[in-house]
Amino acid sequence: MLNRKYVPILVTFGLLAVMFAAGSFRYTGFFSAQVLFNLLIDNAFLIITAVGMTFVIVAGGIDLSVGSVIALTTMVSASLVEQHGWSPAVVIPLVLVMGATFGTIMGAIIHYFKIQPFIVTLAGMFLARGLCYIISIDTITITNGFFTKVAQTKIALPGDSFISINVVIALAVVAGAIYLAHYTRFGRNAYAIGGSEQSALLMGLPVARTKILIYAFSGFCSALAGVVFTFYMLSGYGLHAMGLELDTIAAVVIGGTLLTGGVGYVAGTFIGVLIQGVIQTIISFEGTLSSWWTKIVIGLLLFVFILFQRLLSERRVSLKT
Amino acid sequence: MKEHAPILQMTGITKRFPGVKALSNVDFRLFPGEVHALMGENGAGKSTLIKVLTGVYSIDEGSVLMEGKAVSISGPLAAQKAGISTVYQEVNLCPNLTVAENIYIGREPRKFGRIQWKKMNQDAERLLKERLNLTIDVAVPLQTYSVAIQQLIAIARALSISAKVLILDEPTSSLDQTEVQQLFRIMRKLKSEGLAILFVTHFLDQVYEMSDRLTVLRGGELEGEYMAAELPRFELVLKMIGKDLKLLEELPKLSAETQNSAGQTMLTASSLGRKGAIKPFDLTIRKGEVVGLAGLLGSGRTEIARLLFGVDRSDEGKLAVAGGGGVKSPRGAIDQGIAFCSENRKTEGIIDDLTVRENIILAFQATRGWFRPLPRKKQDEIAEKYIRMLNINPPNPEHLIKNLSGGNQQKVLLARWLLTEPDLLILDEPTRGIDIGAKAEIQKLVLSLANQGMSVLFISSELEEVIRVSDRVAVLRDRAIVREISGEQINQQQIMQAMAGG
Repeated sequence: MLNRKYVPILVTFGLLAVMFAAGSFRYTGFFSAQVLFNLLIDNAFLIITAVGMTFVIVAGGIDLSVGSVIALTTMVSASLVEQHGWSPAVVIPLVLVMGATFGTIMGAIIHYFKIQPFIVTLAGMFLARGLCYIISIDTITITNGFFTKVAQTKIALPGDSFISINVVIALAVVAGAIYLAHYTRFGRNAYAIGGSEQSALLMGLPVARTKILIYAFSGFCSALAGVVFTFYMLSGYGLHAMGLELDTIAAVVIGGTLLTGGVGYVAGTFIGVLIQGVIQTIISFEGTLSSWWTKIVIGLLLFVFILFQRLLSERRVSLKT
Repeated sequence: MKEHAPILQMTGITKRFPGVKALSNVDFRLFPGEVHALMGENGAGKSTLIKVLTGVYSIDEGSVLMEGKAVSISGPLAAQKAGISTVYQEVNLCPNLTVAENIYIGREPRKFGRIQWKKMNQDAERLLKERLNLTIDVAVPLQTYSVAIQQLIAIARALSISAKVLILDEPTSSLDQTEVQQLFRIMRKLKSEGLAILFVTHFLDQVYEMSDRLTVLRGGELEGEYMAAELPRFELVLKMIGKDLKLLEELPKLSAETQNSAGQTMLTASSLGRKGAIKPFDLTIRKGEVVGLAGLLGSGRTEIARLLFGVDRSDEGKLAVAGGGGVKSPRGAIDQGIAFCSENRKTEGIIDDLTVRENIILAFQATRGWFRPLPRKKQDEIAEKYIRMLNINPPNPEHLIKNLSGGNQQKVLLARWLLTEPDLLILDEPTRGIDIGAKAEIQKLVLSLANQGMSVLFISSELEEVIRVSDRVAVLRDRAIVREISGEQINQQQIMQAMAGG
C-alpha cells in the first residue's frame, strides 16, 4: 500500500511535472535544461531559506524574520567589504554566526518565556529590517573582486547549459538538510516535537535544546541565503528580500509540510520552491501578463493546498477514532 | 506472593500545594512480579503520587528508594533512568513518527552519528514479538494503529528502557472488552517475568481481576495496604469513601414527607448511551422529583449529565423531554428548560473577571437575548435577592467572583441557574469544597425547589447527601446504571453494595 504520509509530496511533484510539461507544449524554447537550471539559479536563496523554515514548521513553529535577516546580511556584508575594506573570508563566517545567534536568541525567548513563535519572530523581523537602515538607507553596490568573481562564475554542464555557485551551495544545503532531518537525533527530535511537544517532553527528549537549535538553524540558513543573495544581486540594501518570509512559508506549505507540525519533507520544500519558480517562468514566457499574476496563481495554489491538507488530516482523525 | 525486598519504596511522602496538602506522610511500596492497584476517590492523592513517581512534581518531604538506593526523580528523564516508566490513558507518544521510532527515539541505534533505520526497525519488530506477542509493521506512523495497539507500543517503549516499574494510568478507559483482555494477558506475562506493575483504574472488576495487592488513599493520606484476595469489594469501597461498617446507621431523611414522586414525566432517556463514556441506560425523571446519581469517581455520573444537557451527543438510544423533542446542544437544552451546574466551576462555570452580579444574571440574560438587557435596577434586585437567599459572602454584588472562596463561587453558579427557573436542574457536585453550613443550605434549597415543582438531578460523591435529598437513586458502576433504588430502600448499605457489585 502507498504510504499515506507521502501523498502530499507526490501531489506536489506531480504538479511540478504537469506545469513544466504544460509550459513546454505551449512555449517554444521552454523545454530545455537551461530553463530548469535558471529556476535553480534564480531561486537558490529561496531554497536555502525554505529549508531552514521547513525545520521550524515541522517542529510546529514559524519564523517570520527570515526575509529581514537576509536583508541585514546583505547590508552587513556590503558595508564591511566595501566601506570598511574587510576581507570576505572574515565577513562571510561573521554574518553566518550573526544569523545563527539571532535565531538562537529568538528560539530561547520562544521556549523559555513560552511566547508564540509568531510574535517573537515578528519582533525579530522588524528589528533586523530596522537595523539595515542604521547601516545605510541607500543601496551599497559591491565591487569586491571575490564577490564579483563568485557571481560571474558559470559552472558548465553538458548540453551548453550552466549553473552558478549559488546553485551548488543550495543543492548542498538541501542534501545536508535531508540527512539532518532523517538520519540524526536532532532531526527526529524536531519531528517528535512537532507531533506532540508534551509527549516529547515525557519521553525524555531534549525539547528545550532542540527547539532553540531549530531557530538557530533557521537563522543560519537565512544568513547563508543572505550571502547567496549578495552574490546574486552584488549589493546590500535594506529593501532586499521584502516579504520573502511569506514566499518561503508558501513554498514550504506547497511542498507538503503541514502547518500544524510533525509532517513534512525537505525534498518537498525544494519542489515547492521550484513550483513557484515555474509559475514565474511561465508568466515571463507568456510575455503579456504582468508579474503580479505570479502572486495570484500562488495565492490560488496555497488555498488549494491548505484545503487538501485539511482533508488529509481530517481523514487521519477519523481513522483514529 | 514474594515477600522479599520491594523494588520501590516510598516513605513519608508529603506534597503541598498552596493551601492544600495533596499528600500527607504517605508510604507506598511495590514488589517485583506483582500488579499493585492504587485506589482512591477524587482528591485522594492518586494522581499526585503518580506525578511524583514520573518526575512531574517534586516532593516536599519523604524519600523514594529504588532497589534500596535513594533516588531523586527530578524529571521524566530522571524517572526513566531510575527504571520507572509510565503509560498514560492518553497515549503520550508522537502520532506522526513510526512505531519503531516511538519505541527508540532518543536512543536510536547509531553508527558515526547516523541513525541505523534498518537495525532500529528490526529491534522494534523483535521486541514487540518476543515481549508482547505482537506482529505489526513498525515502519508506518503510530497513528495508523488503534489506541489499544498504541498503548502496547508505549509499554514496549517502557520495556526497551529496561523499566523495572511500569505505571499503567487508566490504561483500559478507552479500550473495548477484547482489547482489555489482550492488555491483561500481556500484563500477566510481564508480571511473571518479574516486572512490578502499578495499575490505576476506576473499574473495580478489573482491579480484582488483575491485582495482587491494593493501596488505598483517602484525602491525601494512606488508608492502608491490603492483599486483594483478603479485602472484599464492599470493604474496599468503604475504605475509599471513608466509612466504617459500624457507622452505617440510617441518617434521618430530610423532610421526606414534603417529597413527591407522582408528578408527570419531565424527561425520559431510553437506552441512551455513548461509546466510551456511558453504557446505554434508562432513566426517567418526573416533575418535582429529586433523582440522585451515586457511584464512584469515573463510574459515569458526569457523562450522564453531559448527555442530558446536550454537551456530548449520544450515539444510541432516545432522549425525550416533556416539552417535546430531544436535546441536541446546551442551547437547545436551556430552551427545553434544563439547567446544568457543572462540577468544574473553574473551567466550565464562573467567569473570573466579572462581578458576582454579572455572573448571576449571565444565563438569564442569554435566554432573554442580548439585545434586551436587564435594567440595572432589576439586576441589583436579583443579585441582592440571591446573595441573601444563598448567604453569599461577602454580600457585595460588585465583588469580582475570582476573589470569592470556592463555596461562594458555587453558590453564585447555583444562583445563575436558579434565576432561569428551569424545569430540570442538573447539579453536578454542587457542594464540593463547601463548608458544612452552606451544604445544608444547598440541600434544603434543592428540596424546597422540588416542592415547587422543579425536577432535580443530583450528583454527588457524598452518599449522605444523595440519600438525604433524593426520592430515587440511580447507582452507577463501571459506566453503567446498575441499580435504581427508591423510597424506603435508600440507605448507605444498599447503595454501597450496588456500587461495589460483584
